[in-house]
Amino acid sequence: MGKTILTVDDSRTMRNMLVMALTNAGHTVVQAEDGMHGVEMLAQNPGIDVIITDINMPRMDGYMFIDHVRRDPQARTTPILVLTTESEPAKKQRARDAGATGWIVKPFDAEKLVAAVRRIAP
Amino acid sequence: MSDTIDEMRLQFITFLTGEQEYGANIMTIREIRGWTETTPLPHSPDYVRGVINLRGVVLPVVDLKARLGRGLTAANPKHVIIVVNMGARTLGLLVDAVSDILTAKAAEIQPTPDLARDTQSDFVEGIVVLDQRMVTLLSMEKLAQSFAGAAEAA
Amino acid sequence: MDSMEVIRQGYFQECEELLLAMEEGLIAMESGEADAETINAVFRAVHSIKGGGGAFGLSHLVKFAHGFETVLDHVRSGVLTPEADSIKILLRAGDVLADHVNAARSGRALAADHGDDTVADLAALAGGEAEEEEEGGDPFASSFTPLRLDLDDDTSTPGTPGMPGWRILFRPTGRLYAKANEPFLILRELESLGPCEVEADLSALPPLADFDTDRSYLGWTIRLMADVPRAAVEEVFEFVVDDCVLEIELLADPVADIELPLPAMAPQDAPEAPQTPEAPDKQAAPAEAPKQTIRVDLDKVDRLVNLVGELVITQAMLTQRVTESGLARTSLVSNGLAELEHLLRDLQEGVMAIRTQPVKSVFQRMPRLVRELSVQTEKQVHLVLEGEATEVDKTVIERLGEPLTHMIRNAVDHGLEATAARIAAGKPAEGTVKLSAEHRGGRIVIEVSDNGGGINRARVREKAVEKGLISAAAVLTDEETDNLIFKPGFSTASQVSNISGRGVGMDVVRRSIQDLGGRIVINSVPGQGSRFSLTLPLTLAVLDGMVVAVGGQTFVLPLTHIVESLKPREQDIRPFGRDRSLLKVRDAYVPLVKVGALLGVPGSQPDAAGGVVILVESEGSGRLALAVDQILGQRQVVIKSFEANYRNIDGIAAATILGDGRVALILDVDGIVSRCRADACHNEDIELAATGTGP
Repeated sequence: MGKTILTVDDSRTMRNMLVMALTNAGHTVVQAEDGMHGVEMLAQNPGIDVIITDINMPRMDGYMFIDHVRRDPQARTTPILVLTTESEPAKKQRARDAGATGWIVKPFDAEKLVAAVRRIAP
Repeated sequence: MSDTIDEMRLQFITFLTGEQEYGANIMTIREIRGWTETTPLPHSPDYVRGVINLRGVVLPVVDLKARLGRGLTAANPKHVIIVVNMGARTLGLLVDAVSDILTAKAAEIQPTPDLARDTQSDFVEGIVVLDQRMVTLLSMEKLAQSFAGAAEAA
Repeated sequence: MDSMEVIRQGYFQECEELLLAMEEGLIAMESGEADAETINAVFRAVHSIKGGGGAFGLSHLVKFAHGFETVLDHVRSGVLTPEADSIKILLRAGDVLADHVNAARSGRALAADHGDDTVADLAALAGGEAEEEEEGGDPFASSFTPLRLDLDDDTSTPGTPGMPGWRILFRPTGRLYAKANEPFLILRELESLGPCEVEADLSALPPLADFDTDRSYLGWTIRLMADVPRAAVEEVFEFVVDDCVLEIELLADPVADIELPLPAMAPQDAPEAPQTPEAPDKQAAPAEAPKQTIRVDLDKVDRLVNLVGELVITQAMLTQRVTESGLARTSLVSNGLAELEHLLRDLQEGVMAIRTQPVKSVFQRMPRLVRELSVQTEKQVHLVLEGEATEVDKTVIERLGEPLTHMIRNAVDHGLEATAARIAAGKPAEGTVKLSAEHRGGRIVIEVSDNGGGINRARVREKAVEKGLISAAAVLTDEETDNLIFKPGFSTASQVSNISGRGVGMDVVRRSIQDLGGRIVINSVPGQGSRFSLTLPLTLAVLDGMVVAVGGQTFVLPLTHIVESLKPREQDIRPFGRDRSLLKVRDAYVPLVKVGALLGVPGSQPDAAGGVVILVESEGSGRLALAVDQILGQRQVVIKSFEANYRNIDGIAAATILGDGRVALILDVDGIVSRCRADACHNEDIELAATGTGP
């Protein structure tokens, strides 16, 4: 029941942590380094089941990226998890308003991440 | 548990050198190529025949017959170099010819008889007897290790 | 190494890059060249360092980064307009952050008060906000509305028999679906807590024709028969609580659990300051898209380099065969081959270029160094960087850091005069140190120059005599005097200052440059300053070599070590000791070694006079005359290591593949010289012999 998950984060460390946690749980990971790149990867990989995205990123930030996904007829129903920090309730709210499905608070542990994915992905 | 290990099928490439048949686990063999002249390496034991250019990689070549203590192979273009890959280390083994691919169950591999102990027994993993043939299985890992060690000592 | 450790290592690597990006941005802010995106990039760099640090439990780093980030957030949102002074604080904060990263990386603790003054300055900039802590802040504060529930029977013991559990009323709104949440998954998740009885409420369902997919018509009532804490149930609805009607009630038989405090999800020692509202224009389109890059395992690149090298050799052999076959040069085959050769050369260049990187990564460490030196020496220093984009092999870059750091130290400490002296000499109080890089003739030239007082030759000479490096009577040109500073033993304790003297002298600098196949040249003008020029090969994978024949074999000697080659005369060769010889080269005697005998190559010229002698020099060990049969030519060769597959061999540095596809060995001149001289010919002996037989 592995999912294909697109991770969008400009921090290599965070991408690596996501890859480790998600692949260990049997998921396939497609990576992007910012929102713009995420849009490209989404177009190239039609089978994305879940998106996990950061907020602060160069070129296109997380809000714009989520907004883009929710407007994209192909991808609009893809669940999106946002990576936030505890100190950013306002950001989380904004991400939700933009259409995020759920969120993960950094630093996350692998179990919580996988559980969050399970909760939003069929 | 032991049942499944015994049932496990292993594949070996067998080759002839000095009129004996040896086998090496197929997983350790990267390729087989014809003999080419080597560039000798200074300060090395006689069984280290030198290095060759394997598509841009400088590959040391060991004369298996000499390594097993049975004299240098008079190499000609009909001879064969087996390219062995052991993790990070790659080396060439000069043998007379490649003969067969052999499949054996782990249970069919017999330990080396004590009587037959000699230089080569350091590298022998076991023996497989098929019809009239006896194939001595060599551990490429031990061979590669000994090769580095012996070279160091030389 | 486990995968977590690999990621940790990766984190520190990334930190290096982020710190560079941060510093670059801060410097741009300082010079007033920063745009909105620059400031954003600085913020993101600090934010990413903090984020990763949190993942690895680096609480001190996270704490510091957080205060720093808060100020940067104010800057990017326009709340704070940084003045020159505050940018200085930000630069200093960058240095402290780098200290935290380095401390975490090396596992040593920083002093408890390290950077405290900077923390205070940052707090002042942030208007005191960075100090405010949101104690145990509720992570879901803004989005989670706890439901009031009558818990009149909260004293029952755990595990009460009967029917413990929860009754949940769940009616999604349309927005829940719009955010790609899925009630079915939530129900599934609830089932993972325990057995559920689910009852769908279809009463709101319209006739099919009126069905609007963006609206929600369904509702559910779930009876969860499980003795689980309320928080566990709430967690299932965590993402949707704002987009549904949700009621969670105890079943008739109450479960023991009472509302638990939500788990704190971040380390307690990472204080979090309230976020300032973000300026709406903050994500205005970035100025330019960064270059797309990929990270590739160096081994993969090297394999590619090897393959291309092999391709070039194969092509050369093919061309030779075609020529031998007598085909006309104008034939289609020959034309095709010429075309192929051309393409291959481009391909080889392209592949080599993959390994190259801009020297920027090394250069960018220098501004901080100079800032620190400037404080320590009480000199005003202006650092000028030029040609940061110049590209050179990654391995070369990695090994340039140390020598350049040392040279910059020298330039500030010894090169520039004290401020008073500068003013007295009519120079601007602020001294300039310039670090530049450029490509010149297939090599990279890096220069470190200062506009200080130049090398004090009288002082250098005096010191060299004192150290016994030259005799008091020696007559030296200016250039020779300047070069004395490269002599091992020149920079010793008496000359060591806090700054330049860290146990390394210029001899070490020269050695590391030579190890890279490079050269270093001094150009100093009294009163005007000094310039140190390093000339380096663009890649370590290639070496300029002299190809020689010994016996039937071919060897390569690195050109950097060759002084000259000569045809020895019989009468210049003197036997020495039992079985050694010396060669008279002009007025000096140099130990003579036959390469054939040294390496046990059969069939080489038995007599050195019948062949050619190559005079080689090794830094620190002196000169040696190597007798070979014949010189075959000079060429650039690609260095191939065989140590991974074999072992190190005395006298052999590496191997290479020649045009005919055969392997040739590259001689290790340093090794041979030091071994032969230590072995056979002690310096005293030679000098004795030289005196005895000299003119």
